[in-house]
Amino acid sequence: MPKPIHNPYLPDEAIILERIQEAPNLFTLRLKFSDEKVQHSYEFEPGQFNMLYLYGVGEIAISIVSDPEDSHIIDHTIRVVGRVTKGMTNLKPGDRIGIRGPYGRGWPMLESKQKDVVIVTGGLGCAPVVSVINYIEQRRDEYGRLNILQGVKHTADFIWKTRYDKWRELADTKVLLAADVGEAIWPWHIGPVTTLFDQLEFNSDNVIVMMCGPEGMMRVVCDHMLDHSVPASQIYLSMERNMQCAVGHCGHCQYGSQFICKDGPVFSYDKVHTLFANKGF
Amino acid sequence: MKPDYKFFQSDQLQLLLDTLQRTGFTCIGPQVRDGAIIFDRITSIEQLPRGIRDEQAPGSYLLKPDAAAKYFDWANGPQAIKPLLFSPREKLWLSQRSADGEISFETAEPELKPLAIIGARACDVAAMKIQDQHFLQQQYVDPYYQARRKNLLIVAVNCSHPADSCFCHSTGDGPFVDDSIDSGADIVLTELQHGFLISAGTDQGENILLNLSLLDSTKEQLAESESIAANAAKQKRQLPAIDISSQLMKELDNDAWHNIASRCLSCGNCTAVCPTCFCHSENDVAELDGKTSSHYREWDSCFSQGHSYIHGITIRSETSQRYRQWLTHKFSSWHDQYGRSGCVGCGRCITWCPVGIDVTESITQLVERRRA
Repeated sequence: MPKPIHNPYLPDEAIILERIQEAPNLFTLRLKFSDEKVQHSYEFEPGQFNMLYLYGVGEIAISIVSDPEDSHIIDHTIRVVGRVTKGMTNLKPGDRIGIRGPYGRGWPMLESKQKDVVIVTGGLGCAPVVSVINYIEQRRDEYGRLNILQGVKHTADFIWKTRYDKWRELADTKVLLAADVGEAIWPWHIGPVTTLFDQLEFNSDNVIVMMCGPEGMMRVVCDHMLDHSVPASQIYLSMERNMQCAVGHCGHCQYGSQFICKDGPVFSYDKVHTLFANKGF
Repeated sequence: MKPDYKFFQSDQLQLLLDTLQRTGFTCIGPQVRDGAIIFDRITSIEQLPRGIRDEQAPGSYLLKPDAAAKYFDWANGPQAIKPLLFSPREKLWLSQRSADGEISFETAEPELKPLAIIGARACDVAAMKIQDQHFLQQQYVDPYYQARRKNLLIVAVNCSHPADSCFCHSTGDGPFVDDSIDSGADIVLTELQHGFLISAGTDQGENILLNLSLLDSTKEQLAESESIAANAAKQKRQLPAIDISSQLMKELDNDAWHNIASRCLSCGNCTAVCPTCFCHSENDVAELDGKTSSHYREWDSCFSQGHSYIHGITIRSETSQRYRQWLTHKFSSWHDQYGRSGCVGCGRCITWCPVGIDVTESITQLVERRRA
């Protein structure tokens, strides 16, 4: 039966082209819609997400990490945490899943052009900003100085070392890494990510800050940036809440005046600051 | 502009029902079941809760006989329009997996069947307008809600005897349907001593009226209606007459949340009976044949444990946080999202709360020190 164009709840079939194990509990699926027409008309921006459906189990919201101009393929990096993601670890190339999307508002890639960019992440992987870094890497001369600041709890949590090594080679790019708890072979900073703030290089009149990770960490970054005269409207963060419909109907991600699924997941700080990091919202 | 009010005798009420059925509508109306007024299929006015009054109080609902023997002298029951449009549980789509692993998807949009609901209240109609905004007038249109909405005709009946739990007058949503605007009701009735005033709110309602033999209303009848409205507006409960929306957000750390939460069972009754609550969860039910799986949605509540669950974390583990989420959304954030409060003053959350938590009292308690 043809898919009625107006039903935002209905997935399309997609096929797994490749599965990459990134870390013990982290893998990337490279996907493509089975229907060429669907694949062809599919467009997204960095920071947006898809609802992935595992047959007989359910749906989950996962951000898209591939480049929007690479129209042949959609990459999703998935951390194993719940029922659906656990089931998805067993998928192999050739297997099928359902995809509907893209949903939400992504990163301000256009507004950031010719500006310095500060990217701060905490925790594992942080797929939502990886897409931003990849995007800038592909269009390096369209952006100003690039600062990548990644904090992890323990050095063992650090993944994608080769990617960071590669980013460090980019022009005008600073990569700063910090682990709360370190060990002997960790060559970078030991301590909270906040202690590296002084090493960031940006012009506060002409910068866009983008971050994802634990809200406590993002709150500290916001405060620091505001103290350094970066306007709240130039600070962007990616939020996470329970999402089941992705179209602003199911209510789980209601956050003050916003539904994170459709008004976010990327917000400028001024849109969310009243409730931000307020426990229970 | 006020509509043209016509009149018909009480013994003609069946004709309205017959006309609706003849025009292809299945009629849904109020009736007594299990000690409460519920809405279900009706074919005869004999099924209506005639001569029945409802006594409502925090945590209490009681039906009693009433000497007046009118059809609509009660206030409301636990549900009215909401379950007819936003189904408590429904299949959204199903997926089929072939032997070689291919998956196909098929929508399960509901079959179209014209429904007429008789006896909805002003609060219910106002709540439906809010759900229309949520499901039909935002970025995405919900096809399931839309299919049902297109096929629903509403015969609202103005409220003559609000219950003690009602506060629609203070939210501005009742006790009478505001027929000077596009209220959402197709037909509006007011039950008088010896008959009904009737008016049309839409073209569809107008067409039904053309099939009835109606009399012009008299000055006395209109005066009787006005006096019913004035009496029904005298309600025991009300919301504090302040800007609740902005004041509530200044009280996020108020101790009163904990006080209320110490009584709250987090059962979700309030959200189930609330005519504007729209939260729902989605889940998959795999069939035993291994080839098909059905994807459902069903009502959820911000009072449930799973509502705020995300990758191993429950954002609102405390009952006080859930109550705060519900109240601040309904009375504050709702204004930002839909341009009005999410409360229509129907009082259901007060009546059907098993421990009798009174939302008007909660708000008063929370904003007390800010009142002039």
